Amino acid sequence: MAITKDTVKYAANLARIELSEKELEHFTGQLDRVLEYVHKLEGLNVEKLAPTSHVMDIKNVYRDDIVKESLPASEAIKNAPAKEGDLFKVQKIIEA
Amino acid sequence: MELNKLTAHELRGLLDKGDISSIDISNSILGAVEKKDKALNAIVHFDREKVIERSKASKGLPIFIKDNICVKDEMTTCCSKILNGFKPPYDATVIKKLLKEDFILMGKTNMDEFAFGSSTESSCYGPTKNPWDMERIPGGSSGGSAACVAADEAIFALGSDTGGSIRQPAALCGVVGLKPTYGRVSRYGLIAFASSLDQIGTLTKDVEDAALLLKVISGHDSMDSTSAPVSVPDHSLKIKDDIKGLKIGIPQEYFGQGLDSDVKNCVLKAIEKIGQLGAKCEKVNLPHTEYAVAVYYIIATAEASSNLARFDGVQYGLRAKDAKAIIDMYKKTRAQGFGDEAKRRIILGTFALSSGYYDAYYLRALKVRTLIKKDFDDAFRKFDAIVTPTSPTPAFKIGERTQDPLTMYLSDIFTISANLAGIPGVSVPCGFTKENLPVGLQILGRPFDEETILKIAYNYEQATEWHKKRPDL
Amino acid sequence: MTDYEIVIGLEVHLQLKTKSKVFCGCSTAFGAPPNTHVCPVCLGFPGSLPVLNRDALKLGAKTAIALNCRVEEEIKFDRKNYFYPDLPKAYQISQFSQPLSRHGYLQILFDGKEKRIGITRVHLEEDTGKLFHTQDASLIDFNRSGTPLLEIVSEPDMSSPEEAYLYLTALKSILEYIDVSDCNMEEGSLRCDANVSVRKKGVKELGVKTEIKNMNSFKAVKAALEYEAERQIETIGSGGKITQETRLFDSARGVTEPMRSKEESHDYRYFPEPDLTPFDFAKNILEDVKNEMPELPGPKRKRFMSNYGLSDYDAAVLVSDKAMADYFEKCASLYRNSKIIANWIMGDISAYMKEHGLTIDRLNLKSEYLTGMLDMIDKGVISGKIAKSLLIDSIQTGKDPILLVKEKGLEQITDAGQIDQAVDQVIKENQKIVGDFISGKQNAVMALVGKVMTKTKGKANPRKVIEMLKKRLKGEA
Repeated sequence: MAITKDTVKYAANLARIELSEKELEHFTGQLDRVLEYVHKLEGLNVEKLAPTSHVMDIKNVYRDDIVKESLPASEAIKNAPAKEGDLFKVQKIIEA
Repeated sequence: MELNKLTAHELRGLLDKGDISSIDISNSILGAVEKKDKALNAIVHFDREKVIERSKASKGLPIFIKDNICVKDEMTTCCSKILNGFKPPYDATVIKKLLKEDFILMGKTNMDEFAFGSSTESSCYGPTKNPWDMERIPGGSSGGSAACVAADEAIFALGSDTGGSIRQPAALCGVVGLKPTYGRVSRYGLIAFASSLDQIGTLTKDVEDAALLLKVISGHDSMDSTSAPVSVPDHSLKIKDDIKGLKIGIPQEYFGQGLDSDVKNCVLKAIEKIGQLGAKCEKVNLPHTEYAVAVYYIIATAEASSNLARFDGVQYGLRAKDAKAIIDMYKKTRAQGFGDEAKRRIILGTFALSSGYYDAYYLRALKVRTLIKKDFDDAFRKFDAIVTPTSPTPAFKIGERTQDPLTMYLSDIFTISANLAGIPGVSVPCGFTKENLPVGLQILGRPFDEETILKIAYNYEQATEWHKKRPDL
Repeated sequence: MTDYEIVIGLEVHLQLKTKSKVFCGCSTAFGAPPNTHVCPVCLGFPGSLPVLNRDALKLGAKTAIALNCRVEEEIKFDRKNYFYPDLPKAYQISQFSQPLSRHGYLQILFDGKEKRIGITRVHLEEDTGKLFHTQDASLIDFNRSGTPLLEIVSEPDMSSPEEAYLYLTALKSILEYIDVSDCNMEEGSLRCDANVSVRKKGVKELGVKTEIKNMNSFKAVKAALEYEAERQIETIGSGGKITQETRLFDSARGVTEPMRSKEESHDYRYFPEPDLTPFDFAKNILEDVKNEMPELPGPKRKRFMSNYGLSDYDAAVLVSDKAMADYFEKCASLYRNSKIIANWIMGDISAYMKEHGLTIDRLNLKSEYLTGMLDMIDKGVISGKIAKSLLIDSIQTGKDPILLVKEKGLEQITDAGQIDQAVDQVIKENQKIVGDFISGKQNAVMALVGKVMTKTKGKANPRKVIEMLKKRLKGEA
């Protein structure tokens, strides 16, 4: 087994996706096959290799500190599933 | 004359002479869409009235856009329920460029949900059909863009390519698909799948149109930090030069097990043809090819798991109705909003980045990516281009691979390496299987040398008739 | 209590003083109407991409240098992934593997001794939006989202709440010197979280720590740490165990309580931000910044001691506030006795500022006014006592003390005739005190001096008054 149900459950929780027991079962099997396949990478000695996160050698990209026009609030919130005034609205978060 | 069947460069000529106007082209397109798309399902967001209004005010050409590219105040949903109703408050950089050149935005094309797939079956709007065989998939994820061009419902279209999502459907639908070098076209406004691999490109009826459209959408963009500060050459001027003396590598790893024999025959004949046109074709090795799919599905899903985290029901799109606490809202929204393939990939990517697994999966994949890139660097020291099949098989049947993710992932086996290495690639039609399904030839080039691959593609295309074949619908 | 040792580390989040946000062009100005300083980038809209603000890097570099950190050659950004409604992309662009700088330190003065507090790292990240809680919902304003934040993480080098307080004061002083932030805890431009644990003296391993949040002043940090350390010691003392958790400080009740919403295990899945490129930090930024570095409080304190002959304490107080140190130096260039200047600034002037909630740069007192007044004292034009009220008068009216003295006729009376008259009257009116003096009570003369001063409205030169009184009283005897 490359991956267990518990690990899939853990990752799904981190990713905030609710899974039914059936889905969990199903995905675990499928992901297990995919990861078995991925394990072919273990055959390579990668110890001395540098990782490639950016494929092009572009560096030092920046902008100057200049204020640009923002969106009007009405545009910013027009897609909101729930709002109050010009604020986005969600379930109440209780911190303490 | 059926204007919808012409290429952009042909129509440009007619427009410039004043023989036709933009509204004539649009009407012809509208007719084709209304006649064919109910069955084909290539187009997902389309507003007839708006198109007519825009066409009247334009002297330009009509274009379709993949549904993962933001158009201000127009539905942009990545064919996912989770972006239901989303209308971005801004235009992607490529859209701005198109509008500046007076292009007419016709509508949005179907795609695999969030570009996760090679068949356009995971769209929340249902699968697009292959115009050559309505029981088959058109490839993906830009299946809608490829199919609408192949079916003459469009002159050309924009797609995006993360692991072959332009080239593979182009091959399977018998059109030209170009994925530019990473950094050539701004990603600003392209809804990200895997940021280090995504690139916007073109689906066209011939190579000349690809060069023409590439020129419009390319160029450095200060809104995209990964956009390359390189100038935009006018490729359409040079692609008609001959290819005598060009050195072309034929990677042996692309002709082994799993390659359909009809596909193989078409590609070998095409290579022969390219040789006859004066290029020197020789064997080359890309020894780490066999690792590309494994590397890709770790890197791409890891980046995707993060890129898609923002779809959480707070600011836009779907929000689950029956949640009390915020965490339940997140979990239910994402459970209801994402399809199976999106869930699988997000979970896989989350796992690959999670504590205790990062080094074994994600970091290892980044390191092997270094090897894959080096294979190409080495090859391009000797060769001007590399030629391969685009897809190991022709279009498969709808439903055939949906329950078998790994087999689906292996559909991209020949296209993925170009994204991992960031290099440009184009797929051109190179024949048909016995079942009359199109086959594509992939030409890969050095970074920012789209010119050479387009030149080879053009010379080959002009020496054959494949690109003129159209499906009977 | 004394059997235990307290171990404290602080994490300070600092909003940098750039005009625009760290990855987009929206304004960072505080107090705009909700969701008006936002764009697709800082709202995390699909398809948007970040582009780094160079000035945020510059301010980060200044901070790193001021905190004696090693400035890194190449820096990168990473994504920190977690879900929270104020985090629009559900990841925060931050720095994990290659931050701006590491391995610095900060000196504090504790009990007259210098102590070095290690700085683990300084890194740049983006701020989140702001949540408001109503009766039944939470509301989000993303104006703050994307404001450049510097995270300054200390080593767990502080061993009392008092040291933590001194660390914060010293840090704020440095940050104000280099002008990288407003450092306003109430507006949230400076925020502090504390990690605290306790262990029995002599024990090497660190105890289980808690993280304390929601403290809105340095005093609150101190109070929260005092409460939390005591709570931990009591818990352990009575056989209990400390749970590793985040706790919120309730300043009204002065207690810390476990936070409910972040019960998650912290698996942030950091990975390199693919939308931003690496940056050659030292090469590109360091040269720019080196020329902009002001003299920092540490070196300035030493210089004040050697140049102006100030005590360690006086120098430390003066340099703790850059504006005050600048004011002192301006005065010192106009008036030779630096010690007297220091006394006035740290005495009457500081008292006035404290009373009226002012800082020296907002105080209406030109340096030449103060030194002009000191000159008048030296020349005997006014008395020290008059000077005290004259100073307040000058601050309140903004007028030159020299002018005020003339306007109000506050010059000391040095004319012997006038003083003589007053002395005459006082002796006549206070025969009992005169008697005391004659019968040997030497101190009684001071009472008479006071009476003369009152009669002359404080303007008589006290030395002259004493002289004349003594002479007359000898005559009486």
